[in-house]
Amino acid sequence: MPDTSIALELTDIHKSYGSLEVLKGVSLKANDGDVISILGSSGSGKSTLLRCINLLEQPAKGRVVIGGEELQLKPGKSGELEAASRKQLESMRSRIGFVFQSFNLWPHKTILGNIIEAPMHVLKQSREQAVERAEGLLKKVGLYEKRDAYPGNLSGGQQQRVAIARALAMDPQVLLFDEPTSALDPELVNEVLSVMRELADEGRTMLIVTHEMRFARDVSSQVVFLHQGQIEEIGTPEEVFDNPKSQRVRDFMSSHS
Amino acid sequence: MIDLHGFGHLLLAGTWVTVKLALVSLFFGLIFGLLGASAKLSKYKFLRWMATGYTTIVRGIPELLIVFAIYFGGSALLMSVASLFGYEDYIEVNPFMAGVAALSIAFGAYATEVFRMAILSIPQGQWESAQALGMTPAKTFSRIILPQVWRVALPGLGNLFQVLMKDTALVSVVGLQDIIRQASTAVSSTNEPFTFYLAAACIYLVLTAFATAGTLWMERACTPQARYKG
Ligand SMILES: Nc1ncnc2c1ncn2[C@@H]1O[C@H](COP(=O)(O)OP(=O)(O)OP(=O)(O)O)[C@@H](O)[C@H]1O
Ligand SMILES: [Mg+2]
Repeated sequence: MPDTSIALELTDIHKSYGSLEVLKGVSLKANDGDVISILGSSGSGKSTLLRCINLLEQPAKGRVVIGGEELQLKPGKSGELEAASRKQLESMRSRIGFVFQSFNLWPHKTILGNIIEAPMHVLKQSREQAVERAEGLLKKVGLYEKRDAYPGNLSGGQQQRVAIARALAMDPQVLLFDEPTSALDPELVNEVLSVMRELADEGRTMLIVTHEMRFARDVSSQVVFLHQGQIEEIGTPEEVFDNPKSQRVRDFMSSHS
Repeated sequence: MIDLHGFGHLLLAGTWVTVKLALVSLFFGLIFGLLGASAKLSKYKFLRWMATGYTTIVRGIPELLIVFAIYFGGSALLMSVASLFGYEDYIEVNPFMAGVAALSIAFGAYATEVFRMAILSIPQGQWESAQALGMTPAKTFSRIILPQVWRVALPGLGNLFQVLMKDTALVSVVGLQDIIRQASTAVSSTNEPFTFYLAAACIYLVLTAFATAGTLWMERACTPQARYKG
């Protein structure tokens, strides 16, 4: 029997670019409702770790289990792992929401069109069904009146809120955020963080790579500090922010507060 | 107004043939271009190699020779195949078909480059956000990438279409009853080359003007965010 309260489990993830070893065996477990913040200096492998979860990057080694289902991997030609079954990969990806630093909305589709695309073409929902849900989500992120606009008509903060709604439209089991506010002007950061705060309060399972320390401390159930592709420290926000065991984490915290 | 001595309807018929030839060639040429670009960007060396061969050869040969190659080469090929079945008469390739084949192959070779650059100009994140939602590579390409590729490629394709429109004149040498051919017919019976070739030039100008307007209209249609009033 798989333990259904474990939303996400990563085991011994390795990844190299050429001779550069970016992830050196990362293991991580998120229970349902956990909010895990991933901190670390630039180049420590945070993005790579998130992208290995839904195979936007191919890990060299490791296991990914989402909601009790293991992603089937097999060695590819390059020596890295690839999906053993495209179908399973696509089905698992549809249950993993991913929010990018640069939003990556589709400029040729309206806001509504961006949100209903995957529900209609991956989950095979009817248009009415998808639109109904999308409109609810747009209200939730406060952008209902922008439903017929295009991404190019929106501010960065609004685009990121749409991107979050687009991910939520799939009703994913886990949400992954890769520095969702780093591309935003400072005055637009809070509108995005407050949407994410709301999601955390609802009990969504989230992995968040961020440099927003206050936010991470407030919403996280666990904080992970990554250094050169390894977990340097992991614990509750109080442990990691207030009493870090590692000197490196202490230095990082004092330079980021 | 110039006096066309009753040959106006011939020119009109020729215009229709030219327009048909241009549009049908455009249709197949776009398909060749998309296939060529996909092959050039493929992860399979063999496909990349084929596509490079295609564009290098076709772009290095004058269009007129491609028309000849298909018209005469095509009938030679058909006859040698037919002779295997005991059929020994001369087989002629339909000039319209030969024209479509030659012009779409030529158009496709140039369009391959236009499409290739356009596909490369689409940020990686556009693919990734679709794939991250579980969309198949085929759906990602057709629903997310291709519409954006169109928008980028349109000006380049518009230019190529103008060239194609004028290259249709080459097919008159293998007997297609297009504008040029009809004008020549009129010239030989009226002895007024200036009148009819001027008329032909005017028709081409009108056609290319329409093509330009069509391209601009499509560029506008593909930029809906510029028209959004929110
Ligand atoms: N496609 C790639 N090819 C080669 N090296 C890469 C590639 N992507 C990332 N790297 C390298 O891998 C290392 C980890 O990158 P990663 O993007 O995961 O870091 P990060 O922790 O997300 O940093 P940041 O805070 O700057 O986003 C870096 O040294 C980076 O240069
Ligand atoms: Mg990063």
